[in-house]
Formats: sequence, structure tokens, C-alpha cells
Amino acid sequence: MNNTLYLIAVITVIAIITWILRAFPFLLFGNRPLPKTIQYLGKVLPPAIMTVLVIYCLRATNIGQFPYGIPELVACTIIVILQILKKNMYLSIIVGTACYMILIRIV
Amino acid sequence: MKEFRFAVKNTIPIFFTYLFIGIAFGILMSDAGYSILLTTASSLFIFAGSMQLVMVPMMTSGASLPSLAFMAFFINARHIFYGIGFIEKFRRMGWRYPYMILTLTDETYSVLCSVQYEADLDEDKAAFLIAMLDHSYWVFGSFIGACAGRFLQFDIHGIEFSATAFFLVVVVNQWQQYRSKLPFLTAAACALGFYLLLGKEYFLIPTMITCLTALILLRRPIEMREGIRNE
Repeated sequence: MNNTLYLIAVITVIAIITWILRAFPFLLFGNRPLPKTIQYLGKVLPPAIMTVLVIYCLRATNIGQFPYGIPELVACTIIVILQILKKNMYLSIIVGTACYMILIRIV
Repeated sequence: MKEFRFAVKNTIPIFFTYLFIGIAFGILMSDAGYSILLTTASSLFIFAGSMQLVMVPMMTSGASLPSLAFMAFFINARHIFYGIGFIEKFRRMGWRYPYMILTLTDETYSVLCSVQYEADLDEDKAAFLIAMLDHSYWVFGSFIGACAGRFLQFDIHGIEFSATAFFLVVVVNQWQQYRSKLPFLTAAACALGFYLLLGKEYFLIPTMITCLTALILLRRPIEMREGIRNE
């Protein structure tokens, strides 16, 4: 019972904090017209954020220790090459993920 | 209906990621002794994958509410930056506006900023369905994990890489769309620099702040390259 109340409190606190963070830019600019700098950022931030997210996803890769990040490197290389050549998102993701899953089991 | 099919098609990679990470979360919660109802509720209301995975061991060790709150802030602070590109788009969306804001996860963000809407689609409706489908995959995955987790025996370790793969595909596409490569290079330089300096746990927020500042300073060359006129 106590445990249930604790979890409900945890969910409430985490949800509210996550919501405030997500709503922050919207709360900040309300319904006012957007400043030019923010319009500019809205255009250039997506590629920057996505680049950071890729690195963030790979942050746990340990290149100083066996298997030296080889599965990540090989899978990412395959994804980039496939995407440039075939331009098929599903193919790139499926082949890349499958390669990664196989590599972490065999090396 | 067109919009629904379009949204399904564009969220397939997220379906796999969310379903399996959701199942992993559900299993963790059921092993920790929490009910199916509350497990599903946390996915419905929080909808932040990495934070939810971190909160389970923290709760098991009886972490205090302030320390969980701090952790939530720390892990999810990156979301502050996501809304910036969508302020005008979401504002137009009427009753869907709050929902779009509160469900803006890494994955939904990356779909929304890379998707190419077909000409005959209601864009706002399609964007809303994308957000809603992603959210439902996550809730559904957690529910499955909470119900049947211990009976699922197949080894799906590594499936979480599909999120990385998806983000990488988005970057490749953007690289071909943007004439100025400075946003990518700035971001990569900041991320790698802070990664080496601060380590994998702490590099994200300084990276975002530095990158944002650098991009503001680089506005002139980037806009010239992208062909945006300054009046």
C-alpha cells in the first residue's frame, strides 16, 4: 500500500518535471510573435540536435576495451552507406540494427 | 484515413524501438513488484524512456522524491530545446496544442522534423497522429512487459539500436537537405569535446547550451549559405 502511494508520488513528480521541460519554450514565447533569432534557431537546431542525439545514443560504447566499439562502428557505417545509396529509411534501419544485433553476439 | 496510414508508415521504426524498450520497462517494473495499472500509467503520463528506466532501480533503493525530481530534470533537460522549432506549427493546432507539447520525445521530435508531408495531407492531423501513435506504442509495450514479461523468453538484446539507427538516418537525410554543414559540425564538435572532457554521464547539457550559443554566433555564415535573406 505504502509502495503504491510512493509510486504514484514518483509518477506525479517526474511527469510534472518532464512536462514543464517540454513546455518551456512554448511557455516562454506564449502567443507573441517569435523573435528572429528564435525563428533562425528553429531552422538550424534540428540538424544539430539530431547529431548530438546520435552521439548521445552511442555514449556507452567503450572503444578502449574489447570489442572496441566495432559493432557500433560497422552498423553505423552500413546505415550511412545504405541510406546514401538506396535512400530507403526502413532498409537502412532494419539492416543496420540486424547487423548490430548479430555483431554483439558473435564478437 | 490517409493521414493515419501516413502516420503509421512514418512511425514504423519507432514502433519497434518503443515496443521493445517499453517491454523492458514493463518487465523491470513487474520484477520490482509494481502493478500493471501503475506501470501502464507511468508510461502514459511520463512518456520519457530513459528516465523511466532509471527510476525503477532508484525506487527499489527507496530514493527520495527530491532526488528523483533532480534526476528527471537532469535526464530530460534536453527537451527544453526541442520545442523551439515547433512553436509556430504547434500553436496553430488548436486543441491538439498541449498534447503535441507534452508528448515531444526524442523519437517523436526526430520524426516530426524529418517527415516529408505529401501534398494532399492535412499536416496538422498527420503530425498529431504521429505523436499519438508513438505514445501508444510506448504505453502498449509497457503494458505487454508488465503483463507477460516473464513469459517472453526470446533474446532481443540490441534491438534498442534501432533508435540510434533511426536518428542516424535522419542526420544523413538532413545532411543532404541543408546546404550549410555548420550546424552538424558545430554539434559534433561540442558533443565530442564535452564527452572527452566530462564523460558520458554529464556531457549532454553543456553540449546543448554551447551548441545553441555557437549557432547564434554563426548565424550570419549559416544564413548566407542557406540563402535566407536578412532585411
